[in-house]
Amino acid sequence: MTLGNKSALIALRLTPVLVFVLIVAMFGTMAPRFLSLQNGILIVSNATHIAIIAMGMTFVLLIAGLDLSVGAAMYLSAVLIATFVPIANLPMAFAVAAAIGAVYGLVNGALIEYFRAPPFIVTLGTLFVGRGIGLWLSDTRTVFFPEAVLQFGRDRMFGIPASVLVLLVVFAAVSFILRYTAFGRGLYAIGSNRERALRAGVPVGRYVVLAYVACGMLATIGGVVSGSQVAAAGAGYGEQKEFWAIAAAVLGGTSLFGGRGRAFGAIFGAIMVETASNGLVMINADPYAYPIVVSAIILLAVAVDALKTRITQKLERRLIRPNDALA
Amino acid sequence: MIKQASPLLRMSGIKKSFDGVPVLKGIDLELAFGAVKGFVGGNGSGKSTTMNILGGVLKADAGRMELAGAPYDPAGPTDARTAGISFIHQELNLFPNLSVAENLSLEDYPRIGGQMGVIDWRAVRSRAGAALRSVGLSISPDVEVSSLTPGEQQLVEIAKALTADPKLIILDEPTTSLTSREIDRLFGIVRELRSRNIGIIYISHALADVREICDEIIVLREGVVTDEGDVHSMVTDRIVAGMVGRSLEQVFPRRRAPEARDTPPRLSVKGLSKRGTAKDIGFDIAPGEILGLCGLMGSGRTEVARMVFGLDGYDSGTVAVDGIPLRPRNPREAIKRGIAFLTEDRRVEGVHLQQSIVWNIPLVRLSKEGRALAWLDPSRLAAEASEIARRTNVKAASLEALVSTLSGGNQQKVVIAKWLTLSPSILILDEPTRGIDIGAKVEIYALIAELAEQGMSVLLISSENEELLGLSDRVVVLEQGEVREVIHRADDRFTEAGLTIASSAGGSGR
Repeated sequence: MTLGNKSALIALRLTPVLVFVLIVAMFGTMAPRFLSLQNGILIVSNATHIAIIAMGMTFVLLIAGLDLSVGAAMYLSAVLIATFVPIANLPMAFAVAAAIGAVYGLVNGALIEYFRAPPFIVTLGTLFVGRGIGLWLSDTRTVFFPEAVLQFGRDRMFGIPASVLVLLVVFAAVSFILRYTAFGRGLYAIGSNRERALRAGVPVGRYVVLAYVACGMLATIGGVVSGSQVAAAGAGYGEQKEFWAIAAAVLGGTSLFGGRGRAFGAIFGAIMVETASNGLVMINADPYAYPIVVSAIILLAVAVDALKTRITQKLERRLIRPNDALA
Repeated sequence: MIKQASPLLRMSGIKKSFDGVPVLKGIDLELAFGAVKGFVGGNGSGKSTTMNILGGVLKADAGRMELAGAPYDPAGPTDARTAGISFIHQELNLFPNLSVAENLSLEDYPRIGGQMGVIDWRAVRSRAGAALRSVGLSISPDVEVSSLTPGEQQLVEIAKALTADPKLIILDEPTTSLTSREIDRLFGIVRELRSRNIGIIYISHALADVREICDEIIVLREGVVTDEGDVHSMVTDRIVAGMVGRSLEQVFPRRRAPEARDTPPRLSVKGLSKRGTAKDIGFDIAPGEILGLCGLMGSGRTEVARMVFGLDGYDSGTVAVDGIPLRPRNPREAIKRGIAFLTEDRRVEGVHLQQSIVWNIPLVRLSKEGRALAWLDPSRLAAEASEIARRTNVKAASLEALVSTLSGGNQQKVVIAKWLTLSPSILILDEPTRGIDIGAKVEIYALIAELAEQGMSVLLISSENEELLGLSDRVVVLEQGEVREVIHRADDRFTEAGLTIASSAGGSGR
């Protein structure tokens, strides 16, 4: 076990934080308004829905899975609610959306676990099916969110947008589940080694399905939060959210290879992505440059994740000549 | 030590067959409380089958087992665990991404508030503290397993076994990746467990280790107990005599006496070293020569082959073909210069099972011809493939048959045929007959000998000493990634006993 590998690992772990500091410093000097409290609250508020969806994504990334259908689940739940469910109050809006997301995730999880189909293909399929049903039900017309949700988008407590409070509640719940329940810990075991998890008595099949259910639920809850800010859901509502959610989770240290990740990482990643986009607006950058800059950050995060995994695996490899490796 | 009326474990008349082939032909084994028993035998002797029956992984066809005087008949590994038997496999079963403490509690988390309650991390940590003290490991229970050395991981695995409060512990090759200091520590713990009246079955190839730590030694060969005794009477020669002894059957082709070696070597390996894997490995192979590579599992046989072929890099040394060195870590160059490599695991690496024979055979050839978009004449490829399939004697209804429908031996011939399209001058064979029946083995042996006859240089890696002796002109013995010695066909140690002693008499790591 060499010192070089270990320090490389530490450096890689710190890379996203350093990039974040760099982004803040850079935009801060270029546009003084960028560092205002007002703008800080705006960034966090805009990042809220991505952070919630990314926490859901963390469940499936932990088991080395993937969910590309989160954006379609957001859209479908918005259409279903607008078309069929008269929403009386805010808790009801969240409850109905979560239920729709749970069913969506159940379909994903069941197909993946019981047909042993690759998550990539299954969720790509349910992405098109879900969006297709939504377009069909809405006749491709824009649907509007209920008044209770719109009011929620305007609400503030002590100057903090209400959506941020929802984010904190979700964060507490997800952290608790991942840390204190057998389900949460089981996800880490499955992501590390499915066979060993089975042998250790982890109910692997049930937990895999539940992970997709959790991901679906948080996707549609994130959808309501996003809806409260944009008020209407057109045919493109929720598109590309899977990319931002995965990116946020990975930027926050969750591994695409499974077994590593935390709820807080998803929030950090979402804020980081939002900070970059916000800064670009502040310095009046060419709008066409946004996706390029943000994607570059994300590719960096993925490269860091891959390198970390490779080094960790190298450290875990058993040696033939342990004596001279110590020297 | 308390005197017990009945022994801790008694196995009698244990028999087991796989597909009608008897693997265990009536094993008797007795283990006293607080005894350490060495369990020794070559590949295919039935060691693992016996232990899998004891551990509840397999079911015996006949025979009885008793644990502390009571009948014992486990339905599965869980039964064995509850009965007080812990099996510590050679491959560790820890989760590297989780903390030491969590690994120790993972199968049964302590909870706050009953069965459905939340995980009590304080209890997880204190439980871990106690378990780590029991093996004398002074690491924080909060560190991730991935940051531990293999030796520390091994001790964590033992600590985990001890949390189940076992009566009997099976240790399978526990020292292969430990440093000498870690081995001393492991042995200290084994002695401490013995003093607590726990019985231990210690499986290992490293005879010096076995003789150091065990009270008694039992030797298996071909599913029969051939010798047994206390450690003082079981000297190394006697153990080896129990492990070998079968005369070579008429399964090997007659090898021409190797010609006077005045020709320059075809393949020449010098000073090959890689930290943690290999040290100063050197050997030559002449045209037409078969060089055997002998060594225990984990001695570095496959790793050497991978370095020679350029799949893995190395820190220093050279690999030269006809006197001209190859660039390290460059399999394409190795192929161009005439090296062919048949991997250990043909199912994964060697052939595409869901494709036909003619599809598979030209495959490596295509990569050598280089240009990705070059025009390939299908009829020419097919003609070449069928010519080579005939030469290697592949038996199939037609060359369009899917490789998955062939027998193991014929699949292996397809792999060999694939490489022959390149007309290589050096053939590296890693376990070429693993998992195939004796009839197919004979044909593969004949093919290898014939290729050498035609002037091919062969590097043969095998865990079956018999195979090395039957085919090789010389055998290089590897131990811990170092060449221990080279034994010629003419040498009077060119026997199973000779190779067994050369490769396993030393301890691991000292």
